[in-house]
Amino acid sequence: MRSARKRLLQMHFESGVGHIGGNLSALDAMLIVFHEFLRPQDRFILSKGHSAGALYTALWSTGRLGDEDLRLFHKDNTLLAGHPPAAGIADIPFATGSLGHGLSLAAGTALGIRLKGGDARVICLTSDGEWQEGSTWEALIFASHHMLANLTVLVDHNNLQGFGTTAEVASMSPLWERLKGFEVDLQVIDGHDTDAIRGALARASETTRIVVMRTVKGKGVSFMENRMDSHYLPLSEEQYRAAIAEIEAS
Amino acid sequence: MRLQFCDAMVARSANPRMLFLTGDLGFMALEPLQSAMGQRFINAGVAEQNMISVAAGLSREGFEVWAYSIAPFCYARPFEQIRNDITFHNLPVKLVGNGGGYGYGVMGPTHHAIEDYGVLLCLPNLSVYAPVFDEDLATVVARVGVADRAAYLRLGRGEKPQDYTVPAYAPWRQLTRGGGAVVIAVGPLAGAYIEAFERILPNRRPNLWAIAELPLEKNPLPDELLAQIDSVPTLCVAEEHVRRGGFGSELALFLQERGISKRRFNHLFARTHNYERYGSQTFLRRLSKLDADSMLAVLASA
Repeated sequence: MRSARKRLLQMHFESGVGHIGGNLSALDAMLIVFHEFLRPQDRFILSKGHSAGALYTALWSTGRLGDEDLRLFHKDNTLLAGHPPAAGIADIPFATGSLGHGLSLAAGTALGIRLKGGDARVICLTSDGEWQEGSTWEALIFASHHMLANLTVLVDHNNLQGFGTTAEVASMSPLWERLKGFEVDLQVIDGHDTDAIRGALARASETTRIVVMRTVKGKGVSFMENRMDSHYLPLSEEQYRAAIAEIEAS
Repeated sequence: MRLQFCDAMVARSANPRMLFLTGDLGFMALEPLQSAMGQRFINAGVAEQNMISVAAGLSREGFEVWAYSIAPFCYARPFEQIRNDITFHNLPVKLVGNGGGYGYGVMGPTHHAIEDYGVLLCLPNLSVYAPVFDEDLATVVARVGVADRAAYLRLGRGEKPQDYTVPAYAPWRQLTRGGGAVVIAVGPLAGAYIEAFERILPNRRPNLWAIAELPLEKNPLPDELLAQIDSVPTLCVAEEHVRRGGFGSELALFLQERGISKRRFNHLFARTHNYERYGSQTFLRRLSKLDADSMLAVLASA
């Protein structure tokens, strides 16, 4: 995880790209999902497409993307756009980036798999701010109604969104209380506790599983943690060196 | 056309890979399809954005997916889902919009679909089907079913005149012949002109063509039509769709790029969503000067 976190920062620094905070909050879970949970037949849909960097890093860490791919991140003629692309990477089934699409795509995929009699599982990672999108609730209603037990929804609950905290902008705090009314298997965990993530993913369920992961935006880099600017701003060289040093010392 | 659509879908529904999603619509029309398809007929509820993305997910899993609603709820509400989730991935989802144009008449502007194919044809990997007659549905449903790109099926109200023999379906069909102007109409609107044109003496009778598939790069004008356009001074286009982004401008560009220019190019189109008074589709067409009398007046002034 340490090397993946460093690689994620390197990729963003070399490309001069921000959106780092929400990548760091989601990275721990994505690494466990890709290394320990997903089987070849399973699908992963990143609904919070602005965490594409963490997705690319996870794919790099499993050998499905190379250093040369990451070197071109966000540059001309790259496969790796700022948000997951529509084509070119087999492990990315859908282009995302406009919030509120991924959970519906995942629900349709999960229903399709079930109708075919398949045993594949679908994992969808949403942000917490994304639950302000009405379509996300439409998708939850659908998934819950159809008892899509092959669907797992991870929520990267880092409390910060585009222009404020989720509590300030459109509070549903705490989100998990709003989710409790649905026929889903709801868990709330520490999104940086690897054992808790493993346990949540392993739990058997007869309906859609939702794991709200309480996370820290900018996790692992003290001067980025819980800061609004980590949602957007790229790292200066000085900040990058300091961040790498901090991760190596951790 | 809804009942003929249902019949055609029932005939097709033996295919176990076919799924039908509806946005909670189809009462008193689609029950036979529901019975025929069982669990493969999915009422996705009043949640069109979700329905379209779910359709994309199902299509990605290899199913032949149809998604149905009243036309504007099918293309306007979930436009971004169509764009991002279906067309960006070139998924052959079949969107079915009931009540194309002013089909929902007095139900009001929220239910009208007069900019549908214009906005949808801005997207990649999507074709539009606007059947002209009820009799077209069996063939059109089959064509949409095997299409390898996204499709929008605009269902309207077939307007076959009494005792008129509908020619076999084709994306372009000539419905009346004579020595007059060339008139091209989109979808069922073409049927509304047949009787009026048949009453005109043959030497002045318009050559009425119906187009049922767009865009033109996938359905170019047949040579016979191009020859007719070349031989007459007046070309008239009619569509139950707003002027901007409609078939008229697409046709004008198509002809201009081929060096064909007309001295008179008349365009009859849907004028507006918001009238001071509402009424039937026939009434709204008249307000838009799309009705047969308005068409005859335009041709008489040519």
